Amino acid sequence: MLCSYELPGVYETLLAIEQMKLKIALFGITKEIVGKPELELEASAEQSVAGLIDQLREKYPALNELTSFAVAVNSDYAADDYQLHEHDEIALIPPVSGG
Amino acid sequence: MHIELTGEPIDVAAVLAMVEADGAGAVNAFVGTVRNQSTGKRVVRLHYEAYDAMAVGQMRRVAEQAQEKWPMLQKVAVVHRKGTLEIGDVAVAIAVSTPHRAESFAACQFIIDTIKKVVPIWKKEEYEDGAVWVAAHP
Repeated sequence: MLCSYELPGVYETLLAIEQMKLKIALFGITKEIVGKPELELEASAEQSVAGLIDQLREKYPALNELTSFAVAVNSDYAADDYQLHEHDEIALIPPVSGG
Repeated sequence: MHIELTGEPIDVAAVLAMVEADGAGAVNAFVGTVRNQSTGKRVVRLHYEAYDAMAVGQMRRVAEQAQEKWPMLQKVAVVHRKGTLEIGDVAVAIAVSTPHRAESFAACQFIIDTIKKVVPIWKKEEYEDGAVWVAAHP
């Protein structure tokens, strides 16, 4: 906390611009792995779907044991290179098993 | 087109009635039910969890794709259950109506096969000694 007071004003502004807070909805096995139905995560403002997947795999190694998982943005499957925005509705989609 | 995700028991007769059409010579339905065993283990019950908004959106898209592939399709109904289901309960009911039977079989199969691949619904099988999210792990 002290550190942020020592930062020059300009740098502080830069930091604020370069980070964003993402909310990620979790279902099924991913909800059990993370231990809650929604996850809040600090990510770089340039974060892509692929980058978010890497970030999550690192933070929750049990995700690496899944058959696969996809990311949905605003209720639709998102491509790996999609660039996330702070207010996107993001969800992790582990292997589906409906029907 | 009738697309629904419900926490209540599915009335199959009602789903069939939804696709009645004067131009239909065939009605085809698929009804998925809860089985009492899976990979050799006795299943006690199932729990279905859904990402509701996206699940409904994806089911609608699958039905629209079926209409594009089979333009003669008269009506489509897709109803999927969520929550806790007991053995024998209906998990999903799909009905389509078409002028002739061949297209009704094909469209109905396409819809259930595609739903199983894309719709964000997850099934947890409960056994006597534990529970597993189906397909989660290789």
